Amino acid sequence: MGSDVRIVIVGASLAGVRAAEALRGQGFDGSLTLIGDEPYEPYDRPPLSKAVLLGIMPPDHAALPYRSDLDAKWLLGVRATTLDLENNRVVLSDGDAVEFDKVLIATGVRARPWSNSSEAALDGVFTVRTCDDSRRLNERLSAGPRHVLVIGAGFTGSEIASVCRERGLSVTVTERGPAPLVGALGGVVAAVAADMQRDHGVDLRTGVTVTGLDGDSDGRLCRAHLSGGTALDVDVAIVAQGSIRNTDWLAGSGLAAGPRGVTCDAGCRAFDINGIVTDNVFVAGDVARQPHPLYDYQLLALEHWGNAIGQAEVAAHNMIHDGLRRRPHLEIPAFWSSQFGVNIKSVGIPTYSDQVVITQGSVADRRFVAAYGFRGRVTAAVAFNQGKWLDFYRGLIESAAEFPPDFDVMDRADPFEVRPSELPDPAVLSHGPTVAVTGHLPTERRVEFVSLPK
Amino acid sequence: MSRAQLFERITDQANRPNPYPLYEELRETRVAPQDNGSFLVGRYYDVMALLHDPRISSDLHNRGPGLPGADRAGDGPESFLKLDPPEHDRLRRLTTRQFGPPHSPDRIDSMRGELAELVTNLVDGLDGKGRIDIVDDFAYPFPVSVICRLLGVPHEEEPRFHAWADALVAAIDPRRTSADNEQVKAAQQAQMEMAMFMAGLIEDRRRNPGDDMLSGLANDSGPDGQLNTVELVTNSILLFIAGHETTVNLITNGMLTLLRNPDVLERLRAEPELVPKAVEELLRFEPPVHLLGQRTPIVDIEIDGVTVPKGSPLVLALASANRDPERFVDADRFVPDREDNQHVGLGSGIHSCFGAPLARLEGQMALAELIRRLPNPRLVEDPPPYRPNPVLRGPRHLLVDCG
Ligand SMILES: Cc1cc2nc3c(=O)[nH]c(=O)nc-3n(C[C@H](O)[C@H](O)[C@H](O)COP(=O)(O)OP(=O)(O)OC[C@H]3O[C@@H](n4cnc5c(N)ncnc54)[C@H](O)[C@@H]3O)c2cc1C
Repeated sequence: MGSDVRIVIVGASLAGVRAAEALRGQGFDGSLTLIGDEPYEPYDRPPLSKAVLLGIMPPDHAALPYRSDLDAKWLLGVRATTLDLENNRVVLSDGDAVEFDKVLIATGVRARPWSNSSEAALDGVFTVRTCDDSRRLNERLSAGPRHVLVIGAGFTGSEIASVCRERGLSVTVTERGPAPLVGALGGVVAAVAADMQRDHGVDLRTGVTVTGLDGDSDGRLCRAHLSGGTALDVDVAIVAQGSIRNTDWLAGSGLAAGPRGVTCDAGCRAFDINGIVTDNVFVAGDVARQPHPLYDYQLLALEHWGNAIGQAEVAAHNMIHDGLRRRPHLEIPAFWSSQFGVNIKSVGIPTYSDQVVITQGSVADRRFVAAYGFRGRVTAAVAFNQGKWLDFYRGLIESAAEFPPDFDVMDRADPFEVRPSELPDPAVLSHGPTVAVTGHLPTERRVEFVSLPK
Repeated sequence: MSRAQLFERITDQANRPNPYPLYEELRETRVAPQDNGSFLVGRYYDVMALLHDPRISSDLHNRGPGLPGADRAGDGPESFLKLDPPEHDRLRRLTTRQFGPPHSPDRIDSMRGELAELVTNLVDGLDGKGRIDIVDDFAYPFPVSVICRLLGVPHEEEPRFHAWADALVAAIDPRRTSADNEQVKAAQQAQMEMAMFMAGLIEDRRRNPGDDMLSGLANDSGPDGQLNTVELVTNSILLFIAGHETTVNLITNGMLTLLRNPDVLERLRAEPELVPKAVEELLRFEPPVHLLGQRTPIVDIEIDGVTVPKGSPLVLALASANRDPERFVDADRFVPDREDNQHVGLGSGIHSCFGAPLARLEGQMALAELIRRLPNPRLVEDPPPYRPNPVLRGPRHLLVDCG
């Protein structure tokens, strides 16, 4: 690709930086600009709800390493406000504009704030998405709050609850659904997560919502009201109710961009609002919504670290290759979490299932693999402290292997019992799902996650 | 000769210096059934898949009667290397607590100083010698001392460990049949003596704990409880053997490869920061463990249309997988700064090398110092004489002229 080509990447975090690296790695020698609204060097987010909050990793250690010969123009601390596809330029919050030949949208998501803005502004109310969030919360947790409230038991909320217990803090978790992680893992496996929290001394309240937060006369959080009429004295509340996709700046751009993300093809090329694929606009990371052939070509929006990297690499490749040399992004989704001393790993899409079976290990010991199936084939697997087996299950998913699996394996402690995977109606979750399976193709849409109703 | 004798040819001493053409032959077919009832697999993606396959056991009790290895099941208590989950997981977890993160994050890192001192002393001893043997003068004494220090074996006992290790390693040879009584007896004797010694040492560490790993293993108790003395003895012997012979080969194969590629040696001399990557490439290019012969499917499995019946010995050729051109560009070339180097030199899956962080550190420190300090090293003999063991493959001697 000619050295006169200008590529602009909006969103200077994981997906953006990995795409920039891949572009240079594949020999792109045109001009490269990264625009990011955070004033810092790019950093990694997974430690923000784990090691950083535990106080064992300083927030600035989470910096993302990137190749030294990136030779990019960094515009940090400035927001992209408009994507002008008529003139191929990105307009910035400081009034400037940057012209491009190709643009990559990698603006990710932001934490869904507490819905009542005056309550959200109380001292002691936090969300965790950025390193500033995590630094501030770490300071507050280190100061030894009397009682912490975590609102929403998705992955972020559960990890934070785990950190609180590890720090010896007393903590209540409220979850609108029937169990922690239920939106991502289904009821059978989520029940294990619930036991885990209770065993570690978390005051877990399921089927409960927080109806209001009170402040004292100094504007400090002091109380939370729960559905059912009870109140809790709390001095810290962490709102972990999922995320909002950063697509507002794309309004009016003519792209198929909205609350569920920016829709693109399997090659990370954005669709316009008519469903026609663009040539010069690409999407990667949490903000992308992409069809996956293994999941009926349904449009998936995933908030997974590995997905951001995979899409970034494919997007970068396709930005500088044409036609038949373009690549699809066909990776099987995967993510991990670590909480209460358990390493949770997943491959495939557990929400895309109607049944589940424990294939290896023992739930009682919290070391097991659960395989998920949908209409007679394996679609996902989740491991609790058994992550090293998941490559095998990835193979089963990729080869559309039969469900329930008919093979015998080592270490089968629990009876082989196929059960409904118990995915709740997303409307009853208090946090956004980490996986959204939505879309119109082709057959029955058993699982559909939508943004949380306000 | 046919593919049905590939295993025999690979393990033939005559092919020890260069088994790679045989591995190439192996990769031409995906599964090679052998005359002796075992099945050989050598392509990267197949080996990788089998290493993560929960239908594949590491416990010889699952071997069908009369098949190679079946007679070795039940020889005595087994280390976690030869066990399946959940026992494997429990023992490995208990052992990891004392070895690495999250409970002992600094165990290996804190040995850097000691390792550097050992390396420096050994290389000092080579000063002025015109001809050295990398194996006897350096690669052998180094890991023995390291593993003894890690475990907390007193320095003066180290020579005994050498002798035991020799006897035990000889018995890992897969060509051994029950007819090789001498070797078996020697190994059993060594195993017994070493077990007695370790039991004594453990007893002592229970009374006088130090900050060594054995003290930790003997005294710490976590959610899984504690290792009992038999488990402790068996697994510390495993750590000793596994953390020992393999590293000798890593260092020796490393020097051999560098001497065969003088341009790379020069480059590493100029860019020592490249050594960690070069060690990674060594683990791919000349891995210390060539074959995993301990695997057995517990149900019939199918690979590329070939059924491997339940109970059959399954041999995973790691060294072959590492040279698979389907996975690695220029697979037969040693590229010290190779990118995307996901080799299986240290295995993968639940049995992936327990000692990997230590092996890497030892390899890096040893090679860096040898590269830095050996003046104008030249290979005396190519190929050098090899040890008989085709599994833990490496030169018996590596003579080098310096100066
Ligand atoms: C606390 C936490 C823990 C996590 N833990 C795990 C885990 O254990 N495992 C896992 O798989 N995943 C985890 N994730 C998810 C993972 O971090 C994300 O998938 C990943 O960060 C996505 O990268 P991204 O580049 O798409 O988006 P982001 O990292 O969100 O980056 C988007 C960037 O774009 C910027 N931006 C937004 N709008 C604009 C604009 N208009 N102009 C300029 N810049 C803009 C944002 O400020 C941000 O810097 C975690 C996430 C969080 C927050």
